[in-house]
Amino acid sequence: MMLQAAPNPLMKVENLVVEYSVGGKTIHAVSDVSLEIARGETLGLVGESGCGKSTLGRAVLQLRQAVSGKVLFDGHDLTTLKGEALRQMRRRVQLIFQDPIASLNPRRRIGDIVAEPLVIAGVKDPDERRRRVAEVLSAVGLDPTLVSGRLPHEFSGGQCQRICIARSLVLNPEFVICDEPVSALDVSIRAQILNLLEEMKARYGLTLLFIAHDLAVVKAVSDRVAVMYLGRLCEVGPSEQLFARPAHPYTALLIEAIPVPDPDVRPTQSVPVGEPPSPIAPPSGCRFRTRCPRADARCASEVPELRLVATGQFAACHHPLI
Amino acid sequence: MSSALLSVENAVVDLPTPRGNLRAVDHVDLAVGAGRTLGIVGESGCGKTMLSRAVLQLLPKKAKLSGRVMFDGQDLTTLSAEKLRKLRGRSLAVVFQDPMTSLNPVLTIGTQLIETIQEHLELDLAEARQRSIELLAAVGIPAPEQRLAQYPHQLSGGMRQRVAIAVALSCEPKLLIADEPTTALDVTIQAQILDLLAREQQRRHMAMIIITHDLGVVAGRTDEVAVMYAGRVVERAPTPALFKQMRMPYTEALLAALPKLDVAPHTPLPAISGRPPDPTRPLKGCSFSPRCRYSAGRCASEKPQLCSAETPEHLYACFHPIAARVGA
Ligand SMILES: Nc1ncnc2c1ncn2[C@@H]1O[C@H](COP(=O)(O)OP(=O)(O)OP(=O)(O)O)[C@@H](O)[C@H]1O
Ligand code: SF4
Ligand code: SF4
Ligand SMILES: [Mg+2]
Repeated sequence: MMLQAAPNPLMKVENLVVEYSVGGKTIHAVSDVSLEIARGETLGLVGESGCGKSTLGRAVLQLRQAVSGKVLFDGHDLTTLKGEALRQMRRRVQLIFQDPIASLNPRRRIGDIVAEPLVIAGVKDPDERRRRVAEVLSAVGLDPTLVSGRLPHEFSGGQCQRICIARSLVLNPEFVICDEPVSALDVSIRAQILNLLEEMKARYGLTLLFIAHDLAVVKAVSDRVAVMYLGRLCEVGPSEQLFARPAHPYTALLIEAIPVPDPDVRPTQSVPVGEPPSPIAPPSGCRFRTRCPRADARCASEVPELRLVATGQFAACHHPLI
Repeated sequence: MSSALLSVENAVVDLPTPRGNLRAVDHVDLAVGAGRTLGIVGESGCGKTMLSRAVLQLLPKKAKLSGRVMFDGQDLTTLSAEKLRKLRGRSLAVVFQDPMTSLNPVLTIGTQLIETIQEHLELDLAEARQRSIELLAAVGIPAPEQRLAQYPHQLSGGMRQRVAIAVALSCEPKLLIADEPTTALDVTIQAQILDLLAREQQRRHMAMIIITHDLGVVAGRTDEVAVMYAGRVVERAPTPALFKQMRMPYTEALLAALPKLDVAPHTPLPAISGRPPDPTRPLKGCSFSPRCRYSAGRCASEKPQLCSAETPEHLYACFHPIAARVGA
């Protein structure tokens, strides 16, 4: 596959397939997805609810076992690593969740919550742990002496997300998966957290996989963007280019659907494109064909492969817009 | 506006909490004319839902409302429960963020629609059934006849919201209140639902209040916008005027903080520092003053009242409104 982001990507996902089995039926959550993320890059991953974004993130972290495919982190296939070797690799990869409040243990103090990854990683010296915790808490804009002894319920959603970010940074990871980190936050807080993530990325030299359903949010932080639909990748490309000239009809539909805060931009009457089909029985051929204005017979019979449509831009469509 | 279909006058909603009194709505005045659309914008906890509950007379039991809610010539705060119930099904309808709030999970879609219609309109079963099918078709539900036999849980979130809208429209209301009607839905579905609401609103010459946290949702689809912060309306204007010239610093900051598609990646967002005040600990001065970059003088000690700028329709509550600062 010609999805080369850089000669030596930090993260490389190859033909990943993840399924769930529910009541004897198979949910095709992630189907044959390949991706690369260069060192120091932020790759945005967008798509509507249930398209498999979180599943992909969890499978990359080995929190969910893949049916097939590889997850190469710094050249090591995480899907085949076991025991201590996997634990060592995992230290370098961290996850931030959507719901900051729910992802913090309500009975533990902030200092202990943030120190937990250090304990698990076997950092025995309490002074060393305290020093690291104080450093990351300060980095995310919290005063360690004021917050360390307090409990999660004493903090707002935005502050809890800062705490989660601090916890994800305490082991000095190289790669962080942010799964909808600002979706639960109000607009005025969202901007603070997005700015913080950018600062942290620069300060700690991070590589990010940034998952969200909001295109404008994704664009604000991403170098490249990948668009997912019903378990498959539709399009990948440099952010500016992808939003200016989408090649995949689904990307175009997503862009068109965003409400613009400008009354002079009259919302275009949305195409009555219906709703996504069930991931239990995805459509044959192109999975987007039941909602696609350009679909024809070939779209029903042949799965479109990701193909180069412009410099660095790939689309999986038989009749791309460019 | 004396000719308004709905006018909320000096509404105050107080809620007792373990931490003390929480003033959810603080002296709000609003009006909506027949056939007009008002957008109420604000972040979580700013009081927008409590305000809409006050209009619907659906406040939590322990809440205390003062002020008047004049709707179609009657003060709703003085109506009996029975009269209110009739009114809510008939001329005052609501669509909630979670469609299951208004749909009954154990009744089929058909039963719910037909019962609502028969309760308020003089139609026999066959007529009510026909009307239900027409409504489902109008809200974009494919194969509406078959849907009548289905239960809400058999539908997707977007389809459920369409059904909830069909129920709300079934008795030809004069005013529809839509409280975050698309927040739980995906963008492509959101656009379809917003179009649907706009189309039905125009077709029926119905007044509508859209409550949302998203300035993008109100921009293209309302006649007037009210921005709420900490329980108060802090700016109110015809939609084009508001977006052309925001006068209240919070409105301006809220728009600026929104990530935008036409901005290059990695551009730092103009964030609003801090967070809204604790509603059980009201501030003496302007509620936005701890976060406002223009705060000065009496901002911290005195509450700015809504007043008008050059046009009487554009109101804002601020001692140092934006254009005045730029021009002077
Ligand atoms: N633990 C699970 N068991 C069964 N099915 C699951 C499970 N988790 C996810 N799924 C299903 O797998 C598909 C992909 O879900 P996933 O959570 O990855 O989507 P997503 O893109 O992250 O959605 P959202 O935007 O709502 O977070 C969906 O159909 C979902 O219902
Ligand atoms: S492959 Fe066909 S159905 Fe799929 S997006 Fe392209 S044109 Fe549409
Ligand atoms: S009154 Fe003062 S603090 Fe409040 S918004 Fe205006 S300038 Fe800012
Ligand atoms: Mg998810």
